[in-house]
Amino acid sequence: MNSSVIVFPGSNCDRDIAVALKKFKFKNKMIWHNDANLPKTDLVVLPGGFSYGDYLRTGCIASKSKIIEDVIKHANKGGLVLGICNGFQILIETGLLPGTLLRNKKLKFISKNIFLKVLNVNNSFCLSYKKKNIITLPIAHNEGNYFVNDRLLKEIEDKNLVAFKYCDEKGNIDEDSNPNGSLNNIAGILSHKKNILGLMPHPERLIDPALSGQDGSLLFQSLLSSN
Amino acid sequence: MKISVTVTLKKDVLDPQGKVVSQTLKNMGYDNISAVRQGKFFEIDIEESDKKKVKNLAEEFCKKLLSNTVIEEYTINID
Repeated sequence: MNSSVIVFPGSNCDRDIAVALKKFKFKNKMIWHNDANLPKTDLVVLPGGFSYGDYLRTGCIASKSKIIEDVIKHANKGGLVLGICNGFQILIETGLLPGTLLRNKKLKFISKNIFLKVLNVNNSFCLSYKKKNIITLPIAHNEGNYFVNDRLLKEIEDKNLVAFKYCDEKGNIDEDSNPNGSLNNIAGILSHKKNILGLMPHPERLIDPALSGQDGSLLFQSLLSSN
Repeated sequence: MKISVTVTLKKDVLDPQGKVVSQTLKNMGYDNISAVRQGKFFEIDIEESDKKKVKNLAEEFCKKLLSNTVIEEYTINID
């Protein structure tokens, strides 16, 4: 499977995701944001970080980059797009995913492991979570408080487009297990065609048993098995 | 009454965010942009009807809290 990681000024998880993709034998290319053309690719990854220093709004300036036009074309043709953390914020600013990510409810940067419930396993990103649907992944963000208007919230819930919700270790989804104030504990959402996933947690950081776990590996295995 | 305060960086202080916004607008094809300054905007509701008093208070808010007068300047509107 071919993948392309888009690198913006201020991205800082681009190499982490490249290491993860390499481990799972993706043929990966790093693509600079100012390149005009996206090479032929199955998967585009928008990595985490602080593109453009979070100027104006998180992900906003990156969403106007030259390469993004091709990313939008790729997405509209049904190509896979994965946005992690700042990548999720960028996807939202491009309009490929609905809603917005506000500052965390308690106005603090949160960096810790949290529990997630996988709510939709019928998509290319989550197939392998059929075996295990309560997982641990790290979050590291200041703006991860998902917000959307009532109409769209109902739509994404009704159409089962919420891929991940914050929960406790038993899988309870409630206010106590919500780290950042996200509406309905939403941590990650899919596009209507389920070819775009944006999520705040970092699956690329949990791919090695020696480094605390493999719950992130399942996402990459899903992508490979969907190909 | 309602006080509106806009705080921006002084003209001779470098505003990197404003510069990036300006460059992005140009990249989007708006090539007649010559400069962008980014700042903060406050709306303050105050229970006081004496306009002169409100203006003095607003000045105080700006100097004591809302702006850093070393690098920022402010404009006040009252209605």
